[in-house]
This record gives sequence, structure tokens and C-alpha cells, in this order.
Amino acid sequence: MANVLLITFTISLLYLGIAHRLLTYIKILAFQGVLLFGIAFIELIEINVVNLTFVLLETIVIKAIAIPLFVNYVMKRNRITRDAEPFLPNFVSLIIITLIIITTFLLSNSISDTRISKIYFVVALSTLFTGLYIIVTRSKIITHIMGYLVIENGVFILSLALGNEMPMLVNLGILLDIFASVFLLGIFVNRIGDVLKDVDVDQLKNLKD
Amino acid sequence: MTGIYLAGAFLISGLLFFNRNRMLKHLIIIAFVLLQIGFTVYEYLHINTTELTYFTADSMAVLLLLTLCVISMPAFYHSYVYLGTKQDNPKHTAIYFAAMVALLTSISAAYLSNHIAVTWIFVELTTLSASALIYHRRNNRSLEGTWKYVFVCAVSITLVFIGILFLSFSLPKAGTDALSFGNLIKKASELNVFWLRLAFIFIFTGFTAKLGLVPMYTAGIDAKDKAPSPAGALLSSVLMNVGFIGIFRTYTVAANSPIHQWANHVIIIAALLSIFVATVYMTKVKNIKRMFAYSGIEHAGIIMLGLAAGGVGYYAAVLHIILHAFIKSSLFFQQGQIYRIYQSKSIYDVGNYFKYNVTGSVVMLLAFFFATAMPPSGLFISEFMIFRSLFEANYLWILIVVMVLLTIIIWAFGKNIFKLLFTPAVDFREDSIEKINPFESVSQFILLGLVVYLGLNPPQEFVTLIQEAVKNLPH
Repeated sequence: MANVLLITFTISLLYLGIAHRLLTYIKILAFQGVLLFGIAFIELIEINVVNLTFVLLETIVIKAIAIPLFVNYVMKRNRITRDAEPFLPNFVSLIIITLIIITTFLLSNSISDTRISKIYFVVALSTLFTGLYIIVTRSKIITHIMGYLVIENGVFILSLALGNEMPMLVNLGILLDIFASVFLLGIFVNRIGDVLKDVDVDQLKNLKD
Repeated sequence: MTGIYLAGAFLISGLLFFNRNRMLKHLIIIAFVLLQIGFTVYEYLHINTTELTYFTADSMAVLLLLTLCVISMPAFYHSYVYLGTKQDNPKHTAIYFAAMVALLTSISAAYLSNHIAVTWIFVELTTLSASALIYHRRNNRSLEGTWKYVFVCAVSITLVFIGILFLSFSLPKAGTDALSFGNLIKKASELNVFWLRLAFIFIFTGFTAKLGLVPMYTAGIDAKDKAPSPAGALLSSVLMNVGFIGIFRTYTVAANSPIHQWANHVIIIAALLSIFVATVYMTKVKNIKRMFAYSGIEHAGIIMLGLAAGGVGYYAAVLHIILHAFIKSSLFFQQGQIYRIYQSKSIYDVGNYFKYNVTGSVVMLLAFFFATAMPPSGLFISEFMIFRSLFEANYLWILIVVMVLLTIIIWAFGKNIFKLLFTPAVDFREDSIEKINPFESVSQFILLGLVVYLGLNPPQEFVTLIQEAVKNLPH
């Protein structure tokens, strides 16, 4: 069952590559939050109840509900246009993300560790690189944050791979999640929208040599 | 004592944030400086004791803690000078001091932590408090600097976390205390090589954002440029040391495992590229503060070469990072005064500094000679030892390349500094310049004096501390 959810998660990455509108990105992020809830529930059922409740609450409340709503609020408040404005055509994005998945798949063949199941490694690494790819090829600052949130999801999956033995690391990942996303979005909602009227990375090109 | 320090310091930070009374603010800051000194002395006297399970004052931590303690006092003094000239509103001043106290506290805690996850948490806190300092001027450009810094640091801290996860995969048997540095060094030979390699790559890349190495150095440059100069001094000295201690402790684990040689190669590639990037930008850069920041990248590269070369290089690398912190912070403190005279950081707008501030010019001239590792600078000793260790480790070609690049850096650095000191500035109106009190340069002279003293005639305790700090590395 966990494998089905993980594969669905990977497919959502491909959908992310061809999505046009920012609202679709937000929906995919929320959907990934729900998937992570399922994976965490199946994988961590053996750890103690308080910790499990904490992890599950985090995935469903923060990842699937709060952050998508917050991003949506930021977009409305700053009047960000709805198009994602990628530098590359969506077809190329689709091919590159597919290549990322295939490469991590091949890379995982060199693992000779029976304790870690390879599917976590493959899904986590392809999510990580897809997030980086989205950051690099989209021109809006808000899409950079979304790319970062995708990376966070990948990290969360990776931390689940050994979550039974080391629940502490899952909690640390959640700490990172809350800290970074709230902080990044917080700066955005308070400052960037007020100072820069049209929110585009081209506005952030003054500092250079 | 660690518990008292952490609780007290964060309480002080909170008080500074809410307090608007000037007199009370002075008292609170003096209290923090005393607390910091007391804590450092306590840890020095109780070396190698573990407190609160996760904080051990080993020799490395004590050395860097002493460095931080020495630099924090002039940093507060110059912050007073800086804020006094700007007539900032009380709220911004309060945030500035609260963030500075929080930054110093989290840096101290990151030095002391003996568990990689705890180090990680406090490194995350340094990003948070440093960003408040960078945003102090509240204009478009400082916003850009802050945003880039926060974003790049968020990505790097995520990379470090992925590295920690891989490190936990590499352990034969998982447990909560299994990720403490002591345990990892003990078990180093049993770790799974595949996961350990991935872990090293990710942790190293993540910490380069703080230390200032290729590939993640970029945001640090903007941050040091945009932060007020006393804060820039902290970012380019004690905060770089946080990145160093993260890499150093991880490297110690890798050095005791089968991947030692491979890790050396990774470090050498990053170090060479860093020195190369620093060279290219030093010849091109026109902003004095950014030039100092690139010089920091060059020194970070040299330190990493010392670590990779081994032998006497270990000792030299630790000596180099401490002396570099003193020199670089005094350069940044002095830059604050230069800005008050010329109201510009561009090399085109400054010049003939000797005419306007003789004491400051002497500081600049000395600091330039010291930063480029000319005798009697202590950096000359450490750089010479690093070159010797490279030679002994049969890295002759790397040594030649580095020496050529360093020569170009000295030329570029010197060209700009001599323009600042001697060539008259174009279109500069002399009538309204501010008279700078020579007393403001005293702290820089003390820091530079320390560099000579610790480099040429190090006290025995200091040498013992450095030797203790590198004792876990294979010889």
C-alpha cells in the first residue's frame, strides 16, 4: 500500500512539470500532503502514539491544508498573475523530470543495503531534484517557494525510510518544514509584496559584481 | 552552565526585543557581554566536560568560543557607533541588538554541540537571526540580500538534513545517541561506505553556505555586503567558523573511515574552485565590502586545502581560521568608518584616505598586509605551514596553481587598497566630511596585534588547545 502511494507521489511530480497555472501547483502540493499523511501512517504505525499523532497532524494540517491556503492567500494579497511562466516549454520539462526519475532509479541499483527499501530512496531523490529543477526554470519568486516545498516533501519521504528506528529524525524534518516554510512565506507576505510591486525574480538582480 | 547561558542569553535577546528604554538597553547588553565572557572562561576551565547531554566543550569548541568572545566586544561597540550616526528608530535598534545577541548565542551553541542534529538546529537559528541583521537598513537592496541569503541557506540546511539522514542509513544499528560525533568517530570503520559518501557530499555542500566555499558561497557575499558593517564583521568571521566546525567534525568522521582519500579529493576540488572564483572576482569587484567577502572565500579555500593535505596542515588550518576571523572582522569594522567619510562603498568614490583619517589608514594598510599573509602577520605562518603540508602530501601541482592565484589576489587587493589610501578621489567634496575619533580604531589595533602575537609567539596553552583539537584526525 505504501508503494502505491509512493508511486502516485512520483506521478504527481510529472504533473507538476506540465502544470500551467499556479493554482494547479497549490492543488498538487495539497495532494502531496495527503499522500504523505498516508505514507507516514502506514510506515510509522509502530512508534509511540504521541509522536505518531504529532507527525500525522503535521502532514495533514500543515502540509495539506495550512501551507496551500497560506500560499493562496499570499498570491491573492500580492495580486500575482496566475501563470507559472516557465523558461522552458512544458514538453521539455516533462522529459527532464522523466530523465531525473530514470537516473535516480538506475543510481539506486548500486545500493547493496537490505535495511533501506530502495523505493524511498528513488522517490525522495527524484522529488529533491524535481524541486531544484522547478526553482531553476520558473521565473516567479512564489514558484521558487513552491519548489522549495517540493524539496521539503522529498526530505520528509527520505526521513520516513528509517522512521521506525529513529523517530527523532522525522521530528527534525518537521521542524525544518515548519521553520523554513513559515519563515520564507512570512518574509514574502510582509516584505517583498510591499516593496516590489511586480513580484518577479528579475527584480532581484541588483546585487552583483 | 550551558543551560544557564542558553536560557540567560535567549532571555536577554527577548528583553532587548521588547525594551525601548535606552539606559536599560545599555545595562542588558553589558550583562550579555559579561555572561558571554563568564561562559567562555567557565568552558575553558572545564574543558572536555559534557553538559545537557548534547554540549561538550572540547578543545576546538573552546578555541572558537574564545575567538567569538574577543570579536563580540568590539562588534557591540561598533554597533553603538553605527547606530549613533544613523539616528535609527528605537524599534529597529531593538531588533538589531536582539538579533545580534541571538546570533552570538546560537553560534556558541553550535560550536559546543557534540551531536550533528543539535549542530544543525543551531545553524538553522543562525540563519534566522542573521537575516534580521542583514535586513536592518530596510530598503530594496537589503531586502534582496536578505531574501537570497534566507533562500540559499534554507536550501543548504535542507541539504545538510538529507546528509544527516544518509548518515543514519550508514550506521549498522540505529539509536538516538548514535549520531553523536563521538560515537560516529568510534564506529567510523563500520559505516556503510556508499551511504557515508552521499552523507559527506550533502553535509559538505550544505555547510559551504556558511563557510563560503564553492558551490553555495553566493548568498554569503550579498549578506556581508548588505549587512551593517559590525554585523558584516560577525558574518565573515564567527559565522564562517560555524560552517568550518560543521565541516571539520564531519570530516573527522570521514577521515577515520575508508573514504578518507575520497573525501580529501572532494575537499580539494571545492577549495581550488573557491580560490579560483575568489581570484576572478577580486580582480573585477568594485565594491570594497564585497572585495573583503571574496577575500574570505579565498581564505576558506586555503583552510580546506590544509585540512585535505593533512600532517602539519591540520594544525595550520585551525590556526588560520582563528587568525582570519580577527583580521577580517577588523577590516569590516574599519570599513564602517570609511563609509561614514565617503558615503559610498564603490572604489571609484573613495581615495586619499590618509588625508582624512590617519589612524584608520594605518589600520587599513596593516590589515591589507595581514590579510594577504605577509610577515609579520600570523597568517604568514599558517599559510606557509599549509603550503609545506601540500608539498609533503605530493600535491605539488595544486600548490603551484594556488600560489599563482594568490599572487593575482594580492595584486588585485593591493590595487584597490592603495587606490583607497593614496589616489585622490574624483569629485569628492571635502567640506562636509565627518571627523572620526581615532579612538574608534583601537579595537582594530588590538585584533591585529593578537594576530601577530598568536602567529609568531603563540602561548603554550594555545598550541596545546590546537593540538588537542586535531587529535582525532589520523596522522
